[in-house]
Parts: sequence; structure tokens; C-alpha cells
Amino acid sequence: MKLLIKNGRLVDPASGTDATLDVLIEDGKFAAVDKSISSRGVEVFDATGMVVAPGFIDMHVHLREPGFERKETIATGLAAALAGGFTGVACMPNTNPVNDCASVTNYILNRAKASSPVAVYPIGSVTQGQKGEDLSPFAELQEAGAAAFSDDGLPVKSSKVMRRALEYAGSLGMVVIDHCEDLDLAHGGSINEGKVSARLGLRGIPAEAEVLMIRRDLTLARMTGQRVHIAHVSTKLGVDVIRVAKKRRVPVTAEATPHHFSLTEDSVASFDSNYKMNPPLRTKEDVDAVIEGLADGTLDAIVTDHAPHAYEEKLVEFDRAPNGIIGLQTAVPLAIDKLVLPDKISLKRLVDAFSCAPARILGLNEKGRVAPGLGADLTIFSLRKETFLRPQDIKSLSKNSPFLNQKIRGAVIAAVIGGIIYPVKE
Amino acid sequence: MSLGKHLLGTEGLGAEEITLILDTAERMAEISARPLKKVPALRAKLVVNLFFENSTRTRSSFEIAEKRLSADTLNFSASTSSVQKGETLVDTVLNLERMMPDCYVMRHSSPGAHQLILPFTKASVVNAGDGAHEHPTQALLDAFTIRQKKGGFKGLEVLICGDIAHSRVVRSNIHLLKTMGAKVTLCSPATLMPPHMDSLGVKVLHDFDEALAGKDVVMMLRMQLERQQKGLFPSLREYYQTYGLTEERLKRASSDVIVMHPGPINRGVEIASEVADGPYSVILDQVENGVSVRMAVLYLLLGGGEDEASH
Repeated sequence: MKLLIKNGRLVDPASGTDATLDVLIEDGKFAAVDKSISSRGVEVFDATGMVVAPGFIDMHVHLREPGFERKETIATGLAAALAGGFTGVACMPNTNPVNDCASVTNYILNRAKASSPVAVYPIGSVTQGQKGEDLSPFAELQEAGAAAFSDDGLPVKSSKVMRRALEYAGSLGMVVIDHCEDLDLAHGGSINEGKVSARLGLRGIPAEAEVLMIRRDLTLARMTGQRVHIAHVSTKLGVDVIRVAKKRRVPVTAEATPHHFSLTEDSVASFDSNYKMNPPLRTKEDVDAVIEGLADGTLDAIVTDHAPHAYEEKLVEFDRAPNGIIGLQTAVPLAIDKLVLPDKISLKRLVDAFSCAPARILGLNEKGRVAPGLGADLTIFSLRKETFLRPQDIKSLSKNSPFLNQKIRGAVIAAVIGGIIYPVKE
Repeated sequence: MSLGKHLLGTEGLGAEEITLILDTAERMAEISARPLKKVPALRAKLVVNLFFENSTRTRSSFEIAEKRLSADTLNFSASTSSVQKGETLVDTVLNLERMMPDCYVMRHSSPGAHQLILPFTKASVVNAGDGAHEHPTQALLDAFTIRQKKGGFKGLEVLICGDIAHSRVVRSNIHLLKTMGAKVTLCSPATLMPPHMDSLGVKVLHDFDEALAGKDVVMMLRMQLERQQKGLFPSLREYYQTYGLTEERLKRASSDVIVMHPGPINRGVEIASEVADGPYSVILDQVENGVSVRMAVLYLLLGGGEDEASH
């Protein structure tokens, strides 16, 4: 089995490559990268005019199974991931039961293997049942295949528990991902606290609720010397403190979502619950800061926070609607449209944020680069083609997205996983 | 000039539309003054009063307005309805829709709830209050009362004081009064004043005495005890001392000030009895005008029945 990706623009930040090159894949592994590889006797994919990158990994996804199969199943979530150009996803543990033990991790991995070629990296919960009290069995979870720990959806409220989590995960070489929100300060809020909340009479979540918890986590990371990863940074305040901490060599990484670099709180004026997420959409100033943070690497990774919710769950009063939107099929085009084409970040940085950074943060040493001998995962996309998704084009069980029925510049063309190519069907 | 199909808020309502409603309300007031207080304007129209939140004053006012215009009314309140069995707002409307209503007058605790039902109904929708967002007929009846007493709005200094954070009345009043050319000042302790209220084009003050100086209209808001989170102010006693409208304090305002309140009033909390019952108070005029304004709104939205009559 040989596959030749011909004439693509290979962007591989790990080796510093950005050139038109052929990539030969043999038996599921990268075999050669060169200027003109003979196509004799091999399956050829003509990537002329396309970008070829190491496989994209979305390190913040809610697959909802087990427990919330009405919103999404592992099979449908991974189908969306594949259609979005992702060769791997890390799934959050806020399922029912919570992924706080090996049996749940095994269940997720088995279901994933049976339904999709996309690699799944389960994230175990920090605390048992995500209750914020007792640590989950990190070693057992790691052994079963967990890639990180998080109580996502909720912050680890107790500083003591967070300290212990960092220490214990750190001693296993694992990272803790924290959803940073001071719940007291955010209490009852459903959108950003600002001009829009003042006008609409909706209770606000101040930016300070995010930065207070980030500051605490940075303090604990410095204290313990252990890595913390800050989920979905949405505020300028947050970006600023992480930038300073990185300069001071605090072991911190961070991520941002496409909706937080594409939309502002102004969208909420329609009271459309597809603009309701946590953290909420912020101001133009925050959006600019998130983009700047992605550009200079303060924010390492781009993640979707793919959060499927059933039609009827979102079709309720705004302040009663659940938080979150799906994002797997729109993330790459949005990053191209909002970041690369307006020259806010380089193409190399885009690939780093979608591929190398997640691999680095999750400790996936064989991912995020193109080198002979490694498993052949690629994401192939176009900067010129456009994406236009109707609800029926969405592979997720849930269609809760504010980005449907509109043109987005940039399109995913195909994903290669283990040497097999999966073109995105039009 | 017409009003369009719905009345969801005063934001976006033009001066001409507001004037049309107020002028129409004056004609409606004449109807209420007749010995036989009823006209057939909305005969055979079905108005559903859809109240998901308790209300006596607003609901009664709407119901009287509907009856004076001869509409058929259905009162639907959440406490006695299938909402308690878990039916969603959209499903409730889909069901009611098959009863062919011409109008929903809806109150709901969630801001924007009216937007949610629009795609599911053919009827007109009147917002009778959505959370802390808007309460347009209250602002219109306030405007009617102000125009009645002051003759107009241009350059009027209006102070709104009290629980700004939880008030739908304040937002509707800000939009309307600004459109009509009045100057609006808000006053409350910072705990009851959401940040960025000044972005609505109003002045924000925290010192009540300073805020009262020279005002032509003082609108006191109900201290909504039932919606208070604990800790927004230390005690009712302290609130009355700092933000209660007393006769003494009122002397700082313009000599022909009018005192307004959307009701129900809390005597001795946000307003002293002597002020509420005193010569500057127009609080009960507001109640009376509420019926006229709501008649006007329903009449304008529902076409007034003139079309049918001409067939």
C-alpha cells in the first residue's frame, strides 16, 4: 500500500519545511519527502494548490458518549472530526458516567476504534465525578490511555485540590487542563458583562471571572513547577497574564477557540442561543487580544470546544439554554478566513496551533510532524476554496452552530490517517 | 404611519411611532370616560394574555384594554398551565397557535423570550415584560403621563432611581425618552447598577441628592425584594436613608417636578408615603393612563377592525 501526495505545499513547522514537495507514504508510515517522487505503481493524490500539513488534533472536544447520545455519539462526533480535517481529538470527561476511571476510558476507546479511523485521546477527570473533591485515579487513567486531566465545564474550584492535581499529574508526566472561571463572580451570568448585557438585561459574566482563576492556576503552576494548560482563553486580561507568565518561565500552555477569535458579544443581540457559550463571546478588544495571543504563541493551540446540544435543548429562552456550539467542521476554515488570509498569523503558525502544539501539550511524540518512519497523518486543505455548510452537511448529531449557511474562506480537502486518505465529500 | 406587527420594545421605535401611539391613546382615554366604556374595534379578535411571571397590575391593565375594545381574551398563566409539566415555551405557543389567536400579550422572566416565539406564530406579539430587558407599554404610559403633565419631552431632565439592575422599565424608558429628546440620569448604589449603563447614552450617578438637583421628572423604581440576591445593599433601613425619596429630598428637584413610579410601591423603602400621596405624585395617573396606552397599542397592531367593517 503506497500513497503519494503530489505537488502539495508541505508546511511542517517541526522541520521548518514550507515548500512544494511530494510526500510518499508506505504501509501507513511516511516513507519519503522529496521534490519529485515517481508515481509509478502508487496511488496518487494530486495536491496541487493545496496545503499539506501534519495531522490536525483538536484537543478540546465533547463527544457526549456515554450518557448524552441524544446530543452526539462517538461515531457521529468522529465523523464530524474527519470531515473537519482532524486526524485526532481529545475528548472531555463530562460524560455520564464521568470519565474518572479506566472502564469509562476503555469504553470510549473501544467505541472510537469500532467507528472511526480518527484517533481519540480521552481526557480523564481531575476529580471523581467532577465533584471537585477527591482526585481521580490518574495512574489508572493514564494506563488505560488518558492523555490529560480536566474537569472541563467546571473549574477546579479548590486551590488545594488544584495544587494536588498538578503535583500528582506532574509526577506522571501529565498535564492538567483547567476551565478558568471564578464561579462566584460569574454566578447567574449568561453572556459577557459589558455594553450588550447592560442593554439586553441579561446577567453578565465579567472578564475578571476568567482572569482571577487563570492567575490562581499560574501561581500554583509556578509553586509546583508542574504544567497547567488553560482552556479556551477568551479575554484580553487572560491573554496578558499568560504572556507575562510565559516570559517568567511558568510552565503554562493555553488554547483559544474559533468562536472567540471570530465573534463578539454583539452577536447576542439576536437572542439566538447559538451565540451562547461559556466562556461567553467577548468584546472586539478581547477578540483582537486572542488573535494577537495566537500570533505570538501566548496561546499555543486552536481548539473547537465542540459542544453538541440537541435542537430542542437550544430552542429555549436564552438564559436557560445550555452553553456551547459545535465546531469540528468549521474550525479550520474559520482559522483560515479570520487569521491566515487577513495576515494575522502565518500559515506555519496555523499548522503549529492545530497540530504541533496539541501534540506537544498532550505528549504525543509521534504526532504533529512529518518524518520518515512516523505514522502518516496529514491534513490537506485549501486557502482558496470556500466552505459553505448547510445543516444537512453537518456530520454531528447536533447542528448548533452560528456558522451555517454562510461562506467561509478556506476548506478542508482531505485527511490522511495511518496512510489512508479520506477526502471530504462535497 | 403604522406600528408594524409586533411591539417587542421601545429600542428602535421612532419618534413618529411613539407619537402615533400617544395620540391614539388620547382618543382611547375618551372611550374610558364614556358612560358605556366599550367600542367594537377588536370584536372577534382573540388576544391571549400569556403570563409566565406573576403580574396583577400589567395583566389587569391589558385585560381591561382588551375588553374595552371588545376583543375576546384568554388568560394563560404559567402556574396553572402545562409549563409546570415541563412544556417548553415554543411548544406552548405551537399549541395555542391552533386556537387562532390574533395577538399574544406575553410576560416572561427571560430577556428575549419574545424573539424565540416569533418564528412559530402568525399572531402579533406584545411584550408585557421580558426579564430585565424591556417593558415597552410601561415606558409608553410613562411617556403619555409625562406629555400630559409637561407638554412634551425636549430637554426634560428625567431621573430614574432605584433597582436599575433588575428593571425592565428602565431600559424601555431610556430608549423612549432619548428618542423623544429628554435627558436621562440614572441613580442607584453601584451594586444595583450594571456596568456600562452609560453606554446607553445616559448619565450615571450614585449620589441621590446630587442626582435630584433640578430634575423635571423623578421616576422611582420598585426595590424588587423578591428578585434581590442577598448582599446588594446592607438593609432596607439604610436603603431608605440613602435612596428613599422623601419630601425633604424632593425639594432639590425642579419646583414643578412630577414623581412617578411603575408600581407596586414600597412605602418607606424607595418612597415616603408623603411623597407617594403628595401633590407632585402622578403615580395613580400612570395606572389610569396604562389602560389607554395599551388600548392604543392593541388597536394599532391589530388593525382596529376597520378593514373588516369596510368589506
